[in-house]
Amino acid sequence: MAAQTTTKEQFISFASHTTEEVSEKQHRVEIDDSVTSPVVLYFLTGIGWLVFGSLAGLLAALKFNLPDWLGGTPFLTFGRIRPVHLNSVMYGWASLAGAGMIVWLTSRLCRAKIKETWALYVSAVLWNIGVAFGLVSLFFGYNQGMEWLEFPKPAGGLIALGFLFFAYSIVQTFRKRQVEHLYVSLWYILASLIWFPLLYVVANLGIYHGVTEAAMNWWFGHNALAVWFTPIGLAGAYYFIPKVIGRPIYSYYLGLLGFWAFALFYNWNGIHHLVGGPLPTWLVTVSIVASVMMFVPVMAVAVNHHLTTIGHFRMLKYSPTLRFVVFGSMSYTAVSFQGSIESLRSFSEVAHFTQYTIGHAHLGVYGFLSMILFGAIYYIMPRIAKWEWPYPKLIKLHFWMSAVGIALYVVALNMGGWIQGTMMNDPSLPFIASVNATKPYLWARSLGGTMMLVGHLAFAYQFLLIIYRSGPTRYVPAWFELRKTTEEDKPV
Amino acid sequence: MMFIRSFIFFLGVLATLLLGWAGLVGIPNFMISEVQPPKGLERYTYEQSYGRSIYIREGCLYCHSQQVRPAGFGADQERFWGRPSVPADYVYDKPHLLGTMRTGPDLFNIGARQSSEDWHLLHLYNPRIVSPGSVMPPFPWLFEEKISAAPDDKVIVLPDSITPREKVVVATREGRALTAYLIGMNHTYPVSQVPAHNDTTKKK
Ligand code: HEC
Repeated sequence: MAAQTTTKEQFISFASHTTEEVSEKQHRVEIDDSVTSPVVLYFLTGIGWLVFGSLAGLLAALKFNLPDWLGGTPFLTFGRIRPVHLNSVMYGWASLAGAGMIVWLTSRLCRAKIKETWALYVSAVLWNIGVAFGLVSLFFGYNQGMEWLEFPKPAGGLIALGFLFFAYSIVQTFRKRQVEHLYVSLWYILASLIWFPLLYVVANLGIYHGVTEAAMNWWFGHNALAVWFTPIGLAGAYYFIPKVIGRPIYSYYLGLLGFWAFALFYNWNGIHHLVGGPLPTWLVTVSIVASVMMFVPVMAVAVNHHLTTIGHFRMLKYSPTLRFVVFGSMSYTAVSFQGSIESLRSFSEVAHFTQYTIGHAHLGVYGFLSMILFGAIYYIMPRIAKWEWPYPKLIKLHFWMSAVGIALYVVALNMGGWIQGTMMNDPSLPFIASVNATKPYLWARSLGGTMMLVGHLAFAYQFLLIIYRSGPTRYVPAWFELRKTTEEDKPV
Repeated sequence: MMFIRSFIFFLGVLATLLLGWAGLVGIPNFMISEVQPPKGLERYTYEQSYGRSIYIREGCLYCHSQQVRPAGFGADQERFWGRPSVPADYVYDKPHLLGTMRTGPDLFNIGARQSSEDWHLLHLYNPRIVSPGSVMPPFPWLFEEKISAAPDDKVIVLPDSITPREKVVVATREGRALTAYLIGMNHTYPVSQVPAHNDTTKKK
C-alpha cells in the first residue's frame, strides 16, 4: 500500500533530496507553524460566514419562487435578506478566508515567520464584530441604501480598522523577508493592501451628491472586486497552480504585463453599471473602453495560467487543490471575457437591469474567487494543522456540488436574464411577461444554489474535523485517487 | 535598488487608483456640482423623506430602478416611463437610488402613472392582489388590523377571501409615508437639456 502512494513531503519536492533541501523543508515547517493560529481563526470564521451567507442567499433565491413564503416576517423579506447575503459572503467569507490565505502566502513567499501575530488576532476579532454588527443592522433595516456600501458606518469602520491591523502584520512580515525576488502573488497582495483602504476612505469622503454619488457608488462597488477580491484570487492562482504542478509559472514578463495592465484599466470599469443612466455619456464610454481594455491583463493572466497547466491535466485527477484552483482560473478567464462583452452598449441594452448580471457576478465571485479559496484552504490546512483531510470523498462531494451548482446557476441566470431583457425591451409585451418568463430559470438557479450549500456543509464539517484533528488518521495526503508511484517519487 | 523599485511600485499602485477616482468620480463631481434644481422639482416633504427611508429599509432598490433611459436604448420611452432623466432630477436625492435591477418596472415616474393611494396600499399589502404573477414581496407589517378604524385611519379593502374576520386592515404611518413617497415620484416637469439620444455609439 505505502509503496503505491507518495507521501506529502515527497510530493512537495519531486527532485532529489539533498541535506540542504531537508533543512529548507524544516524552515518551511517553522514558517507554517508561525501562522497556524491566526490563519485557522480567519478560515474558521470565514467559513462560518460562508455557511450563513449561503443560507441567506438560498432564502433570497427561494423568495422569487415563492414570494409569499415567510412573507409576514420583516427580517426575512427579500430586500433585507439580499444585502445580508451579499455582505456576509463578501465581507465575511471571501475577505476573511482571503486574509487567511494572504497571511500564509506572505510568510511563505517572504520565507519569514509571520510578524506581529497579535495584530492578526485583533484584526480578525474587529473584522468579525464589524460583519456581525453590520448584518444584524441589515436585518433590522438599517441599510445605507447603496449597493456594496450597505453596512452602517460603525460596522464599516470596524472592518476598515481590522483591515489596517491585518495590513500592518503583512507589511512587517514583508519588511523582514528573507528573499530577493518578489513573486507575482506578492505584487497583487501588496497592491491590494494600498488600494483597499484608499478606496474605502475616498468612497466615504461624503462630498458626493445625486448622480455623482451613483458614480462613486459604482466606482467603489466594482473596485471592491478590482482592488481586493480579484487580487486575492489571482495571488492564489499564481501560487497554487505552479506549486501543485511542480513547474515554474509560464512567463514572468506576462505576469508583469498582466499586473500593470490590471492596475491601469480595472479601476476605470465601474461606471458601466450606470449605462443608459443620467450621467454624462463620456463617463460611461470611458468605463466601457476600460472594460474592453481588460482583455489585455486577462489574456496575460489566462495565457500564463493555462499554459502552466497544459500537459498536466492528469494531476487534476489526484489533487483537490489543483482541481478547485484550475476551475477558478478558468472561470476567471470566462468571467472576464463575459464582463468585457457585457459592458458594450448593444449588449447591455438587453442584459443590464436583468438577472444576467447576477449570473455574471456569481461566476466571478464564486466560480473564480471562492473556488480558488477552497483550493487554497485544502492545500494550507494539512500543512498548518499537521493533520490530513480525513475524507477525500467529502472533498469530492464538495467539488462536484460547487462546480455543477455554480454552472447551473450561471447558465440559468444568463439565459433567463437574456430572455427577461429581450422581453422588457419589447414594448408590445406587458412588463409582467418579463417577470413570468424568468420563473423556470429562477427555479433552476435555486437548485444550483442548493447544491452549492450542500457542498459548503460538507466543507465546513470536514474543516471542523481537521482543526480538531479527528476522523480517521491518514498518513498520506487526501488525494482523490491513489497516485501511482513514478521513478521521481522514490524516496532517497 | 530594491528601495527604488519598491518606491516606484508604491507610487504606481497609488497613482492608478487615484487617477481612476479623479476621472470617474472627482472631476464629474466637480462638473455636476454646478447643476441647479429644475423649476418643477420639489423638495421631499417630511412624510415623503420618511417614506423614502422605508423604501431603503425594505430594499425596494434591489428590484426597482429610478432612472429613465432615452429613446433608442431599451423600451423605456415606448413604455411611457417618462422623459429621460437628467442629473438635475436628482439634486435632492441622498443617498441616490438609481438602482441596477428591473425585476419590477422603473419607478422614477410611478406617481404620474399610478396616483391612487388605494392601489398602492393594496399592492404593498400583497402585490398579487392587483398584479397576478408578481414576484414582489408582500409588506403586511406596513399595515395593522384593528377592530374598528379611527376617523383618520386609511382602511384598505381586501378581497373577501383574505379579509380578516371582524377586523379592518388599516395602513400604518410607515405604509402611508411610503405611499406618499411613491405618489410624489413624478419627474414629468420639463427640463432644459434632455438628451434626445444618449447613445452615441450606435445608429438606428
Ligand atoms: C423581489 C423584487 C421586488 C421588490 C423587493 C420590490 N418589488 Fe415592486 N415590483 C416587483 C415586480 C416584479 C413588479 C411588477 C408586478 C407588480 O406590479 O407587482 C413590481 C411592481 C411595483 C410597482 C408597480 C409599478 C407599475 O409600474 O405598476 C410599485 C409601485 C412597486 N413595485 C413598489 C415597490 C416598493 C415600494 C417596494 C419596496 C417596499 C418594492 N416594490 C419592492 C418586484 C419587486
